[in-house]
Amino acid sequence: MMRQVNRYIIGKKCMRILQLFIIVGLGIFICMPVLILFFGSLADEIEWIDRMKPMIRNGLDYIKWKWIPDYPTLTHYKELFFYAPQFMTLFWNSIKIAACILSGQLLIGIPSAWAFAAYNFKGKSLLFSVYVILMLLPFQVTMLSKYLLLNSLNLLNTHAAVILPAVFSTFPVFIIYRGFRGIPKELYEVARIDGAGEWLIFVRIGLPLAQGSIMSAFILGFLECWNMIEEPLAFLKNMSLWPLSLYLPEIGVTQAGRACAASILTLVVSLFLFAIFRDSLEKGIVSSALKG
Amino acid sequence: MRLKREYSYILQNKLRLNKTAKHLFLLPGLSGVAFFVLIPFGDVILRSFRTALSGRFVGLQNYQSVYGNAAFRLAAVNTVRFVSVCIPLLLLISLVLALMINGTSKWGKYKNLYLLPMSVPTATMVLVWKMIFSRQGFLNRMIGAHVDFMGENSAFFILVGTYLWRNLGYTLILWIAGLNAIPGDIPDAAKVDGAGRIQRFLWVILPNLKGSMYTITVLSLLNSFKVFREVYLISGSYPQEKIYLLPHVFNNWYTNLDLDKMAAGAVLSALILGSISLLLQRHWNKEDS
Repeated sequence: MMRQVNRYIIGKKCMRILQLFIIVGLGIFICMPVLILFFGSLADEIEWIDRMKPMIRNGLDYIKWKWIPDYPTLTHYKELFFYAPQFMTLFWNSIKIAACILSGQLLIGIPSAWAFAAYNFKGKSLLFSVYVILMLLPFQVTMLSKYLLLNSLNLLNTHAAVILPAVFSTFPVFIIYRGFRGIPKELYEVARIDGAGEWLIFVRIGLPLAQGSIMSAFILGFLECWNMIEEPLAFLKNMSLWPLSLYLPEIGVTQAGRACAASILTLVVSLFLFAIFRDSLEKGIVSSALKG
Repeated sequence: MRLKREYSYILQNKLRLNKTAKHLFLLPGLSGVAFFVLIPFGDVILRSFRTALSGRFVGLQNYQSVYGNAAFRLAAVNTVRFVSVCIPLLLLISLVLALMINGTSKWGKYKNLYLLPMSVPTATMVLVWKMIFSRQGFLNRMIGAHVDFMGENSAFFILVGTYLWRNLGYTLILWIAGLNAIPGDIPDAAKVDGAGRIQRFLWVILPNLKGSMYTITVLSLLNSFKVFREVYLISGSYPQEKIYLLPHVFNNWYTNLDLDKMAAGAVLSALILGSISLLLQRHWNKEDS
């Protein structure tokens, strides 16, 4: 009897260790590309050319890889910061576009989400379904209609062409709506009886309690802007208006080191935001997964 | 009694205010959506029945030419195949991982590892993917061959892998959240009643995850259309034919100024996506309406 119990416990322990192994192993495996980029950014151009030679020659040998470069250097970062004016221009373009889109999205999206979550009105569920469908439509499907509109407004080839349509994206509404729905309705009722106005209920009850999902809409929106490819490619002809996400493809294989450094710099901004907002982000994702 | 009447008076008064308030909350967003999306799209619907050049009414002719278009058909089949492979896979793998992580409270921190790919810029992946999958890449070195993985049918699986890689972390967190939301006493009660692990999962945990499943599926679907970026950056406008997706078709129509087909194709895609999303809502999200 005792032995059986022992075997059961040992079996369970083995299972747990195996599971931990899978979780951590897969996690590290998934982070590999990022590690490749990071260590790649430390190798200088000469070493990179040597590594990638087989690919350029298209011969029978394979490209080489070393985690720690022979001569580790930070020149790529220095060059990007001080000697690549284009990089900095595009970096600030990206910041400007992201800041405008995100502030607009929150300004417009939070009240819309609140209206859907806190009130009942005619055609609400129909309108919300429309919002969900609009959220799902890929950019290419709405490209023509956006192009025609932006053209008639004379906005093509300006930052507004990328910013304005994104501000009215219904994605943040969907995410924030879930957060507001998680608030018990009784709270509003009590506040109303106590004489609070609708605005006060929104600001004092809605906003603080849905903070997490607002944060997660913010982060997801940021990643979206930061990775924007199709919109600027379709609506911005002038390269000096491009966001950073379009700078990276311009760097060829021969400048791999610089490309790695540029992507690490791009990535660090997102990681920085992740780190700041991690707790509220997690809470937000949690509330967006729950049923309202 | 008097107090109650007073309360109901206040409530009614508030409800009247309610009416204007909700319009004030909704209107800025709704008018923007109408102006930037709905009305222009309505315009495209009208255009889809006319020729782009002369504006002559041609009925369903544009739709016929889209339907008969070989590129569109190929892309539609590929897109459906891609979505129907990658979404179930993503949901399944992330659910298994979530169940594992959720079993032990101190493992929660490992899920942050899975979030890292979300922040990797798409354009960067091109370089890493080239290093791994090209003729001279790491994968070929491991198996000792010289296959151009992006140019063969394996491109499809690379794409599925890329999608899983990027979206695993977010989906994982959504599942964990859903699992945490199930009151602990429900599975415990089932355990006392003699339900085994698998029975508990199938009949107790899974039904309780229905709500999260709706959100997760919608968001996974939304993200599945974004792999186009990866494909586009890796192999340009005309990739290997297994990964020629609907966005490619639209993109090529856009560059060729094939506006007739674009309009009809956009309306068709919107109709299909709309019905999928309504089906999802109807089945999994009943209580929300």
